[in-house]
Amino acid sequence: MSDSNKVRVGLAGPIILVVCIALVGGALYFLQSGMGGLSENLVYYMSPSQLMELGDESDDATVRLGGQVEVGTVDFDVDANLLTFVVTDGIAEVTVTCAGAPPQMFREGIGVVVEGQLQEDGVFHTDRVIVKHSNEYEAPVEGERASDVYQTLVMEES
Amino acid sequence: MISTIFADLHILGPMGRGLVLLALLFSSVGFGAGLAGGFLKSAEATRIARWCALAFAATAIWANFVMIGALVSDDFSVGYVAEVGSIATPLYFKIPSLWASLSGSILFWAGVLGVYVALYARKARPKHAETQPWTLAALLATSVFFTALVASVADPFHAVFPVPLDGPGPNPLLQNHWLMAIHPPMLYLGYVGMSVPFSMAIGSLCAGRLEAGWLAPLRRWLIVPWLFLTIGIMLGGWWSYGVLGWGGYWAWDPVENASFHPWLTATAALHSAMVTERKGLLKTWTLVLIITSFLLTLFGTFLTRSGVFNSVHSFTQSDIGPVFLLAIAVIFVGTVVLLALRDHKLKTGRGFAKQVGGMKLLSRETSILAQNLLFTVFTATVLLGTVFPLLAEAVNGDKLSVGAPYFDRIALPIGVMLVALMGVGPALPWGEMNPQRALRRFVGPVVGGAVLTLAAAIGGFTGPVSLLAMFVCGFALVSNLGEYATPVMARMRVKKERLDVAARRAFIRGRRRYGGHIAHLGIVIAVMAIALSKGYRTTADLTLREGQTAQVEGYDITFTGADLIELEYMESLTANFAVTRNGQDYGTYSPAMNFYPRQREPIGSPAVRSTPAEDLYLSLVQVQPDGEWAAVRVLVMPAVWWLWATLPIFALSALLILWPAKKRKTAAELMAEAA
Repeated sequence: MSDSNKVRVGLAGPIILVVCIALVGGALYFLQSGMGGLSENLVYYMSPSQLMELGDESDDATVRLGGQVEVGTVDFDVDANLLTFVVTDGIAEVTVTCAGAPPQMFREGIGVVVEGQLQEDGVFHTDRVIVKHSNEYEAPVEGERASDVYQTLVMEES
Repeated sequence: MISTIFADLHILGPMGRGLVLLALLFSSVGFGAGLAGGFLKSAEATRIARWCALAFAATAIWANFVMIGALVSDDFSVGYVAEVGSIATPLYFKIPSLWASLSGSILFWAGVLGVYVALYARKARPKHAETQPWTLAALLATSVFFTALVASVADPFHAVFPVPLDGPGPNPLLQNHWLMAIHPPMLYLGYVGMSVPFSMAIGSLCAGRLEAGWLAPLRRWLIVPWLFLTIGIMLGGWWSYGVLGWGGYWAWDPVENASFHPWLTATAALHSAMVTERKGLLKTWTLVLIITSFLLTLFGTFLTRSGVFNSVHSFTQSDIGPVFLLAIAVIFVGTVVLLALRDHKLKTGRGFAKQVGGMKLLSRETSILAQNLLFTVFTATVLLGTVFPLLAEAVNGDKLSVGAPYFDRIALPIGVMLVALMGVGPALPWGEMNPQRALRRFVGPVVGGAVLTLAAAIGGFTGPVSLLAMFVCGFALVSNLGEYATPVMARMRVKKERLDVAARRAFIRGRRRYGGHIAHLGIVIAVMAIALSKGYRTTADLTLREGQTAQVEGYDITFTGADLIELEYMESLTANFAVTRNGQDYGTYSPAMNFYPRQREPIGSPAVRSTPAEDLYLSLVQVQPDGEWAAVRVLVMPAVWWLWATLPIFALSALLILWPAKKRKTAAELMAEAA
């Protein structure tokens, strides 16, 4: 088999090496731009006090804000389809708005993660509200409906 | 019912445990015998190793059936059944419970490994007598590793006392969709199957038999797990689309990426192995790719099972992570040493530059080389994005994640180039092609690309990226279809056969090759579907009061009320939406929230109207049980249907490749065996 592969020296050899080098170069370029893309596309997890510390610096950077939904701050306007609430970590508070309804398990006092940006009006705009819940198994109380159990969600320490 | 009697006696636990210990014994002894067979070149020891391999397979598979028996008969004295079983779970969810949680899934892994080990031990050819003991030793070492896990840290058969009367039932995510019955087994068949080509590579390296002929069978053993992995990944995307409710099928989630890494390297290996087989080139490279694919399956299992990432798969998290990392490190160091020791045999007197320098620009080997380069870069970038959050947290404690745009940005240009190469490669011959002929060869594919681009533009997909994607897809599609037509036309011309006769004979002669080409078609169609569905999607978050209507992309969506449907094992809160378009009634769609007693978080169940042209996807966000109002996320996107349509294509490809050859050939092999 190897007999048929005797290296014939010709023009094609060098050309192909050049093509190979070009390909490797292109590959490195993509890796490089991929790296650039990496730093641009990092999404940091932050608490309200970390976000507030950053203040203006965080403008328009996408972050994941984690904390607790402050009791008594939740307002969902069905007709305007607009949700507002305050996320707190006990130190700082951030007002969050979301164009859309909250997920089924969302309630006051629960732990949430919201992905979005703190904008110039000082309000955190999100289109993604994720409820943090304790997923540990708890047997339903006698007679309790499965579809009501979620209402007793364990509140997350933030 | 015999199984009920067994359940009452609580005998299944000890029985399963006994079988696991036997499997551990057989795999250990077989491993030793394999090593002895290799070092002493003893046919007797090799025979013992082969016998032990079959015995391991039998016991490991049997142990899986014992566990299924325990799950089906609700034997809560078995630890795993107490963990994931429940009397109310329907039978068709009890069997998939085998892979519902960590210890069961590792047992299942050992069982699947048993199937592959048995297949290898049965098929191992006498002509591979030198590599066989080493390959068996490597396979059985893998078996020892997984069986030891099942016997220790992940023991599903441990006894529970006092025996509970009922269990919590499997993870609700598993009970929510029929795909959960097939997505995990397919992925396992892909993951575990990588052990065979890996072990064969190790066998060839240990025995020092690295001629091209010795490496050829590797490719056949690689394509099997590759196809299963492809189908498994596709099904995973489908499941994500049908259950998770975010309207996508691929989120570049670390655990999805975990299955994608070995797929990428295995795809590269499948192609570089062809160059090795035909030209005797790129040997080391092919071996490295095969070994890397196996390591990446272990790494993927580590990512999924160790709980380093939070995801839909992290229900199986545990402390087996370090064990996997250790195994990966040992295999990595071991194979590097082995490759270094065999360096002189792999080089065959020519360095990489000379090997490549000997290639011609317009040849299949060059296109495969380019394909391999792209796949390597692809793997490296996806891997980087996947592990970067882990590294960042380890180094300076930052908690972060890498956004999907990072992955999309790299996947797009590489994807376009790869699809273009899928059109170029198969059209070029091995060795060399003269440029004029090459030009003529590409007229058809270029016309095909232009036609598809034009069709897409007329269909309203006018973005430059989508048009480019459509062009390369059309190009690759026609080029690959040409691969079917060429042998048929050659037969008609040379042998003067009729079209149907020529087609049938060409198909029979090149069945496995056609199987490979069909996989190409599947990939091209999948890429088309991904390009269009990602590029042209509309998302709307609606909140509707009862009777209220909203319009999205020409669909009129009216909320008509909520229902609570009670089943024995769950309750389903559904919102009903009447959908019409231009006055045409499309019926009622009812996305739901499913509540399981075991879990406080409901699981969404989107409603999808799927057509080849476009999907209307309704995912429930929140609904008031009294039906006052409902919030729904509506997505309209084209071509998703085609992504799932590739599944039968891959299945057909697998069948064509796996279908056993005619009896006649087997008889010839038996003769050879006897001689």
